[in-house]
Amino acid sequence: MFLIPKAVVRFYHRMASPPHFYAFTDKVMPWLIIIFVLLTGFGLYGGLYLAPADYQQGDSYRIIYIHVPSAWMSLFIYMVMAITGAIGLVWRIKLAEIVAISSAPIGASFTFIALFTGSLWGKPMWGTWWVWDARLTSELILLFLYLGVIGLYGAIDDKRVASKAVAILALVGVVNIPIIHYSVEWWNTLHQGPTVTKMDKPSIHVSMLIPLLLMALSFKFYYLIALIQRVRVELLQRERNAQWVKAKVLEMR
Amino acid sequence: MSLDEFLSMGGYGFYVWTSYGVTFCVLLANIIIPVLQRKQFFVKALKKQRQSL
Repeated sequence: MFLIPKAVVRFYHRMASPPHFYAFTDKVMPWLIIIFVLLTGFGLYGGLYLAPADYQQGDSYRIIYIHVPSAWMSLFIYMVMAITGAIGLVWRIKLAEIVAISSAPIGASFTFIALFTGSLWGKPMWGTWWVWDARLTSELILLFLYLGVIGLYGAIDDKRVASKAVAILALVGVVNIPIIHYSVEWWNTLHQGPTVTKMDKPSIHVSMLIPLLLMALSFKFYYLIALIQRVRVELLQRERNAQWVKAKVLEMR
Repeated sequence: MSLDEFLSMGGYGFYVWTSYGVTFCVLLANIIIPVLQRKQFFVKALKKQRQSL
């Protein structure tokens, strides 16, 4: 603990307090939106216009700029959900519980986008919308895990109990994450191997790689924005009897 | 490059633009839904406060 600067510890404790979180996110939101718009603008301009067509796949490969970042987000958000869920489970921090459950619909959306755009990419390139191979099937299971988390949370009325149940489900589902990531290496499949996340140099030209990384970063900022929006609603609802929420309601008049 | 050429995406326009269109709609919905929920929360809370006064 003594290795962590005092300012960081103070920030962490303040962020765990609902009214502080609410006020802080209000202040940073415009900046997050500006950064997101810039990243997306440059990413799409680079990906859809500047980058050349692929020598094998023509222009169809341009789906990569949303497909791959979405797939990365589907895994990243799942890990955030499992880790914050575990923090909520162990230390009973309300904000961690709320971040975990608020991540679920966003993660489910990115998983859906990865599957959907993959299907639209597979049709012209593989000749089929869908195959039951390891990568696609494990990603579909990820979607069901997200939906399971959302459904379970909705089914339990006491939200603190619901958060516990959801955290356990999310933690059990973590076993699926390495399976998804390594599926294209462990099994021989129609899905192409990794082009960026491998030990060797990325097998993609810089003019294609830069927009891809910009889009990956843009989706991270999108997640932050969407997450904060959902966390705020959940906070207001859970804390509706707290003094700071009542004060906020009065301000709205 | 003309606009037509750009939109046709070398014959893959349908696949590329459907991907981008659906992604846009899903991501937009994820912002709009919580914003509407928050507005709704304040409308309800205000009503309740007026009733209790």
